[in-house]
Amino acid sequence: MNRGTFEIYDMGEIKGFLKYRRQDVGYRSVGERVLDFKEVELPLTPDEIHQQTARCMDCGIPFCHGAGCPLKNCIPDINELVYKGRWREACEYLHSTNNFPEITGRVCPAPCEAACTLSINDEPVLIRHIEFQIALWGFQQGWIRPKPPARKTGKRVAVAGSGPAGLAAAQQLARAGHSVVVFEKDQKIGGMLRYGIPDFKLEKWVVDRRIEQLAAEGVEFEEGVNVGEDISIRYLRKMFDCVCLAMGARQPRDIAVQGRGYENIVFAMEYLTAQNRRCAGEEVNGNGVVTAKDKVVVVIGGGDTGSDCVGTARRQGAKKIYQLEILPRPPQTRPPDTPWPGWPRIMRTSSSHEEGCERLWGVMTKNFSGYERRVGEVHCCRVEWSKEAGGWKIKEPPGSDFVLKADLVLLAMGFLHVEHEGLIRNLDLKLDEKGNVPADSYQTSEPWVFAAGDTINGASLVVSAINSGREAAAAIDCWLRGA
Amino acid sequence: MALKLKNQGLYETRYEHDSCGIGAVVNISGVKDHSIIEYGRQILLNLHHRGAAGADETTGDGAGILFQIPHEFFFVECEKAGISLPEPSKYGVGMVFGLKDAGLRERCDRILEDAIAYYGMRAIGWREAPVRSDCLGKIALESEPSIRQVFVDGAGLEEEAFERHLYLARRRAERLVRETFGEEGEDFYVASLSCRTICYKGMFMARQLFAYYPDLEDRRVKSALAIVHQRYSTNTFPSWRLAQPFHCIAHNGEINTLSGNRSWMRAREPKMSSGLLPACACPHADRGDNICDLLPVLSPEMSDSACFDSVLELLVRAGRSMPHAMMMMIPEAFGLKYHISTDKRAFYEYHSAIMEPWDGPAAMVFTDGRLIGGTLDRNGLRPCRYLVTTDGLAILASEAGVVEFEPQRIKRKGRLRPGHMFLVDTVEGRIITDNDIKSKIARQRPYRRWLEENRIELRGLFDAPKPVQSDPETTLQRMRAFGYTAEELKMVLTPMVLDGQEPIGSMGDDTPLAVLSDRPRLLFSYFKQLFAQVTNPPIDPLREGLVMSLMTFTGRRRNLLDETPQHCRQLKLPHPVLANQDIERLRAVNRADFKAATTRAVFDADTSDAGGSLRRGLDLLVANAKKAISDGASLIIISDREISESKAAIPSLLAVAAVHRGLLNEGLRGEAGLIVESGEPREVMHFCLLCGYGANAINPYLAFECLEQLQRSGEAPADMEQTAAADNYIAAVKKGILKTMSKMGISTLRSYSGAQLFEAIGLNGPFIDKYFTGTSSRISGIGLEEIAQEALARHKAAFEIRAGGAMELEFGGEYHFRNSGERHLWNPVTVSRLQHAVINNDAKAYADYAVAVNDQSRKLCTLRGLFEFIAGEPVPLEEVEPASEIIKRFCTGAMSHGSISKEAHECIAVAMNRLGAMSNTGEGGEDPARYTPEPNGDSKSCGIKQVASGRFGVTVNYLANAKELQIKMAQGAKPGEGGQLPGHKVTDEIARLRYSTPGVTLISPPPHHDIYSIEDLAQLIYDLKCGNPEARVSVKLVAEVGVGTVAAGVAKGNADEVLISGHDGGTGASPLSSIKHTGCPWELGLAETQQVLVMNGLRDRIRVQVDGQLKTGRDVVVAALLGAERFGFGTAALVTLGCTLLRKCHEGACPFGIGTQDPQLRSRFRGKPEYIERFMNFVAEEVRRIMAQLGLRKFEDMVGRVDRLGVRKAIEHWKARGLDFSAVFRLPDTSGGKAIRQTNGQPRKIGDNLDWEILEKAKSTIENKQKILIEMPIRNVNRTVGAILSNRIVRRFGPQGLPDGTIEVVFRGSAGQSFGAFLASGVTFRLIGESNDYVGKGLSGGRIIVQTPEGSPFAAYENVIVGNTVLYGATGGEAFINGVAGERFAVRNSGATAVVEGVGDHGCEYMTAGVVVVLGQTGCNFAAGMSGGVAYVLDEAAAWGGFDTLCNLDLVELESIWHEEDKKLLKDLIERHLHRTGSARARQILDAWPDMVGKFVKVMPMDYRNALQRMRAAEHRDTETTPATEEVFR
Repeated sequence: MNRGTFEIYDMGEIKGFLKYRRQDVGYRSVGERVLDFKEVELPLTPDEIHQQTARCMDCGIPFCHGAGCPLKNCIPDINELVYKGRWREACEYLHSTNNFPEITGRVCPAPCEAACTLSINDEPVLIRHIEFQIALWGFQQGWIRPKPPARKTGKRVAVAGSGPAGLAAAQQLARAGHSVVVFEKDQKIGGMLRYGIPDFKLEKWVVDRRIEQLAAEGVEFEEGVNVGEDISIRYLRKMFDCVCLAMGARQPRDIAVQGRGYENIVFAMEYLTAQNRRCAGEEVNGNGVVTAKDKVVVVIGGGDTGSDCVGTARRQGAKKIYQLEILPRPPQTRPPDTPWPGWPRIMRTSSSHEEGCERLWGVMTKNFSGYERRVGEVHCCRVEWSKEAGGWKIKEPPGSDFVLKADLVLLAMGFLHVEHEGLIRNLDLKLDEKGNVPADSYQTSEPWVFAAGDTINGASLVVSAINSGREAAAAIDCWLRGA
Repeated sequence: MALKLKNQGLYETRYEHDSCGIGAVVNISGVKDHSIIEYGRQILLNLHHRGAAGADETTGDGAGILFQIPHEFFFVECEKAGISLPEPSKYGVGMVFGLKDAGLRERCDRILEDAIAYYGMRAIGWREAPVRSDCLGKIALESEPSIRQVFVDGAGLEEEAFERHLYLARRRAERLVRETFGEEGEDFYVASLSCRTICYKGMFMARQLFAYYPDLEDRRVKSALAIVHQRYSTNTFPSWRLAQPFHCIAHNGEINTLSGNRSWMRAREPKMSSGLLPACACPHADRGDNICDLLPVLSPEMSDSACFDSVLELLVRAGRSMPHAMMMMIPEAFGLKYHISTDKRAFYEYHSAIMEPWDGPAAMVFTDGRLIGGTLDRNGLRPCRYLVTTDGLAILASEAGVVEFEPQRIKRKGRLRPGHMFLVDTVEGRIITDNDIKSKIARQRPYRRWLEENRIELRGLFDAPKPVQSDPETTLQRMRAFGYTAEELKMVLTPMVLDGQEPIGSMGDDTPLAVLSDRPRLLFSYFKQLFAQVTNPPIDPLREGLVMSLMTFTGRRRNLLDETPQHCRQLKLPHPVLANQDIERLRAVNRADFKAATTRAVFDADTSDAGGSLRRGLDLLVANAKKAISDGASLIIISDREISESKAAIPSLLAVAAVHRGLLNEGLRGEAGLIVESGEPREVMHFCLLCGYGANAINPYLAFECLEQLQRSGEAPADMEQTAAADNYIAAVKKGILKTMSKMGISTLRSYSGAQLFEAIGLNGPFIDKYFTGTSSRISGIGLEEIAQEALARHKAAFEIRAGGAMELEFGGEYHFRNSGERHLWNPVTVSRLQHAVINNDAKAYADYAVAVNDQSRKLCTLRGLFEFIAGEPVPLEEVEPASEIIKRFCTGAMSHGSISKEAHECIAVAMNRLGAMSNTGEGGEDPARYTPEPNGDSKSCGIKQVASGRFGVTVNYLANAKELQIKMAQGAKPGEGGQLPGHKVTDEIARLRYSTPGVTLISPPPHHDIYSIEDLAQLIYDLKCGNPEARVSVKLVAEVGVGTVAAGVAKGNADEVLISGHDGGTGASPLSSIKHTGCPWELGLAETQQVLVMNGLRDRIRVQVDGQLKTGRDVVVAALLGAERFGFGTAALVTLGCTLLRKCHEGACPFGIGTQDPQLRSRFRGKPEYIERFMNFVAEEVRRIMAQLGLRKFEDMVGRVDRLGVRKAIEHWKARGLDFSAVFRLPDTSGGKAIRQTNGQPRKIGDNLDWEILEKAKSTIENKQKILIEMPIRNVNRTVGAILSNRIVRRFGPQGLPDGTIEVVFRGSAGQSFGAFLASGVTFRLIGESNDYVGKGLSGGRIIVQTPEGSPFAAYENVIVGNTVLYGATGGEAFINGVAGERFAVRNSGATAVVEGVGDHGCEYMTAGVVVVLGQTGCNFAAGMSGGVAYVLDEAAAWGGFDTLCNLDLVELESIWHEEDKKLLKDLIERHLHRTGSARARQILDAWPDMVGKFVKVMPMDYRNALQRMRAAEHRDTETTPATEEVFR
């Protein structure tokens, strides 16, 4: 009995990473998936998952957990439990740090995998998808149930915004026994999760399911209410012990060049939101009519939002899609200036890219030209980057100008900060030089006002928002208990 | 005695050690003659090398002689002084060391005379003993006492009674002087007071003893017997009174369990009484039968040997015979593996209910004036050889050949075997054999029947553990209350349950000390295990476990000085772990003479005054325990089962210590056994601590419930029987306790119990003094208040409502990093920044790293984090010594090729050689190919070559290619244990370098089998200096309290450098409990070492190195200021090569090709020498910047400047603020120009080696390989003959040496230790005579022949001709031994061929290659740990059980000799033996070969056979390209 049982308790399999290769998630075939907005990923089978967990080495220093994951998910422990088939505990473990693993399991870029020790000289453990599978299994088995608090504290908290930060904060606060009301100015709860992320990455029933859980735990939702406008600050102050701002960082970065005023130059988020509404059967108005069907689309900005635009435009039936990025084309492997375990600047190809688009690097947009109110051409040039004393410098090589014909231009150059109009202004909060709401341990310049997520940090990842929401909730809980 | 030892700084006198040479000589018929004294003198002079000299090289550590009162001499001398002596034996003589102050001396004299009168005798006069003070060394002279003899008239008392009365009078005088004068009277000392014997001793080197006392040279001084002693002390302030012999004994060794023995003696005192020792009438007597002149039996200033002597004397005076008392105090092992009689076993078992063994290495010679004898401890850890002459003389001594006789005069030669006794009765005029003595004593009372009728038998009371009835609902809650973590379940308990083994880990410890941790830590974690290093050896619990025992008796103890059947009316436990069922049964027992009472160990949890509440809880607990005793309980169960929301558990260690201490103080400890029933203990360390502070048995009820929990969760297989889980768990705990005891060199739990072999770190003085009295705690720290707060924090966390989603148990993070867990110095930030820095040569990234590390340590990870530099006038950076110079002081840690890959090992060597610094081979040998430089000028040869207990690949060529030779006494991660290399790392290549078998796990012996004491270490240092006269020798120690005194001993042993390792150092594989709980931070060990070396005036001649988690320049500077001159980096160097601390080295699964031997993984190695070079540069530059700030230009100016270190102001941490570093920062007294760093070297001591003479004679041979035959005499003082010669041969001719038989040297006489050490090929040594220990140590291809001289009257095969530990670590060559060898013949033999005519215990232990033929008897435990090679043993013992009962069959199989191959090999070897030695035994065997061959047994290691088969199979596969090994390690 003493022999042979070794592998049962030992982490994964010794040298499992030598035995099994990383097996990435599959996708539905391009031809099939561009015809609809359904999720594109194809989950692995349980056997495959078992093998993938066997690759985890249970490092003495798990960089995935300690350096990669903003939520500090206990990745080695979770992998081990899955490896041993103890899914229920894995599910419990996962939820002890992450409120919405079914969401992060779908949309997270997985900084944990970049930090995985195996990524140094091999392929990292398939962390994100294992997370996805745990959540999948957890819901199927009914293990993920509402956890209403044993007793209520009688304290009331308002949460402004229902994106990942707001929802995580709300759930944590409700479970600690506080009465929580989430205000959302949009028609439905979910914020960026609902309106920012395309359905082909995150179908919205996933969000709805989680919202039901929150509701069952006692969280109240007020949709279509713009706090600070529809509800006065005085009312808020009176009705709630404190408020948590979780409105994201929705102010997009604009491009101030000639011709910006053409009406078919739109911000990516407006474009994506419209499609999300369309998918959900919501009413679409204004710019919402914009569609890429049979158009030549130029997406400006090489990041994830840009990629989402590419995927959306493809599904809408675009004729040709360009994606422009001002930075040079990244290398295939990790360059020395973004060392492990940080997030590497490497060439990434998303499922949307695979669906067909032309990606151009080191390209700057100089101006737009068009006919009447519609853009017709994007005028670009090549840029070269060089490192100098004061930092990176860009140079325009002479004669590198070129023109792209365009029927639709999508601006996906990132976000600046939280929208200042409305609540922020009315609360008279201090702002930092970047335009974010500064917070000391999640508390703003107004003691009863807390903030979480992109509102304080600027635009970032969903996981970071969830983490921020959790930590803000802990700070609020502490403040409420002390108060 | 002007120089008195005082505790100062980190130095504590009680950690002094000594060790020695001893001897006894007797005329068996009792004929008195001066020649006996003369022989004593010869013995001492010839044991001179076993003693040591102090810093002045003329003060010895102590020598003395004890012999019969020379009546003829005294009669005349006393006449002259006007004293008229009565008949012999009608008067007694006292040897009195008096105070220098005449007035005080006078008053002491009166007290002594009054005491004599008090017991009805009369002092009839004083004689000034003539002395020649001018022969003394400076230090001895300063402390010289007045030495006088007092003569006592026995007033007609019969001899025994007279002796007893003198004893009482002496004890009375000692007591009264102590009471009257206190410290002032400390120098009053009665060296002997007896009507039979007298003792002359003092602070001498051997030769000074006789020069100092002219009496001893007077031919009228005659005696029939004498015992002599020569001391080697670790300090240079030995006092006169510590010289031996004492009143009855001379001791070579060390009593490790002294602290426990002291406590238990105190516990026994209240019940002591004896009809022979009359009641005292003194007014202090508070009870009728008091013998208060004798109390306390042991006083604090007594050394271990003195304590032993004192108790032995008490037992003897109270009526037991001296051999009987010896058997009680040093019982031999009586486990079932020993062939001993039932009565003898019963005798030992009965006495184990009365007294715990005084455990530790011991060779004792003893005498009562009529009987004289010697005995060895159960492990036989000190050599003791004897000879008997045809004219009735017997000589017993630490070495053979101390007195030379012509061969014809020697009737018999032998050695004392472990646990055996040698006795001569001068009245009966005969030698009494071990068996005769012991059988007689064992049958003098019906001990066996007494035991059978009285002992409370386990089997009647308990069954095998049954499934636990627990309350699963609250299990997790209670686990939280006792601080269980998820990590503990996974990493500690699960392996224990599944495998019955302690879990293994790697890469050391980088978490904070308990006192620096923010997390509430268990009280257990404030203690560190002590361990044996140098001054006594650890025991080998794995291979020599048969000497160890966990059996205990517990219950009420009775009068020590009497023996009755009721003495063993106690509960006998086979081990100290009680299952949950057991304790319920115990509770139910209720007999008039045996019942158990339960006391509750809880305190109020609802309180704002945590400390007060805990104190009240403790007081109540102790009061209840006392009450239970007065109600008649003989077992007290200290229980925390009844915790609740309002009642928290008292930390179990505190509870047991408080009760133990409380009962001791009241004189009640002997009345009852203590059993702990607690939810807290689960790890091995916990059990050890509880036992060490007084628990007799432990029921870890929650740990058992936890096993259920593991099954419920699926961690342990559900089909595993609950009882099997419990059995495995208990088995793991038992193994762990044995291992912990063994580290301290202790064999039995009975003597470990209460011995307090721990030091505390971070507990304050008042707290320690109250509950853990006598434990060292050197930097103060927290007390009851904080401990209560920690307990309550855990308690509250268990009972408060937790936020939804949180896990039931916290992870912990003690072993693996977790964000929410314990802090680690190596964490994602430090590892990644350092790697970035060295890969991209990025100084900024290094700075980030250094800040992160230094800040981490400021965030209280390490003691040095609490220090700050005291700035001086800054100097410009350019003026500071360049980095390239500083780097030369750096070395890398001892990481063997084996634990790490070839690629990593060579990369480190290349880097360090480029820098002019040194890398270290570690304990794994080195490929000779690396001695040739690379074409590009790089060298892969490690500067430092390590010599560890496994002696892997330690050939003379290895030694010859070293710049420095390092003796690894201990390793930071697992001091007291041997290195481990898991089988999957032993590839073909590794096996070749280590001379072992591929695929077979290598565990090195815990001790160096040639270092059982400090004088042995001096011997090995001498050996290595001979093996390479140009290399420096360093000794690696691990920091623990007392390491400074060991270092002083090392300095006296002539080492050039001492390395102090921190407890936190890395490792490739080590039990987790060792990584976490053994040793102390280097800051403490280094500071202590520096202080003690300076105090002793030894610092100038020895360099000090430090290692253990050194990471930055700041670390280096702190270490330098504390006294280090060199610095070792281990883990940090690996991190630069890509290690990210997976802590998987022990699994060989390193994905970076470092801690692995898997070719697939090794190919992933991406480290470069440049990375290490850059790291060393960065560190040196950081050092320079700090030096500039401190205003120091030269590195050497920093060394030892503790005045430039201070403690950070305003330490806010709630636990750390109680720390006090004044002892660490104490500047040692440097008066008299004592150096604080190395300024000179060690004196060269190999100049008088016999080899120089041989080399001179063999000059032409060394030039041109001419054959030569040399003859010369040899004596026991000629040590390590052959090593220098061999060094010169391999330096000239390379590892292959000379052609066979080129040089032959014939010696006649008794050779000293290490005869033929490292003998190279082409040399034959023929010794006609005998030899001491370590013959053929590290034999490297040469041939050794030891033959009995022609004309010896005895049969060679019945007599001992060579000592212990022959052929240790031999890698090649042959030995033919024409006689019997001692213990551990061919231990770690890895290639030599040997024929011998009989061996002692543990023959062929740990052997990995070679062939051994034994033509006679073997001792027990043959072939333990033997994984390679073959042995053939002549099994003539079939009549009484056969060889298989003596052989350890764990790894080997016994086969008959039927293969022609075997027959031929065996016969050939025996023929060669005959040819070489002329052995009569060999001739006999060959003459009857067809009959005899059938009596041989072949000892074949199973793994070896398998490996051979695999390799053979692989060879036959012609098309197979895979090397054979891949299969082997897969």
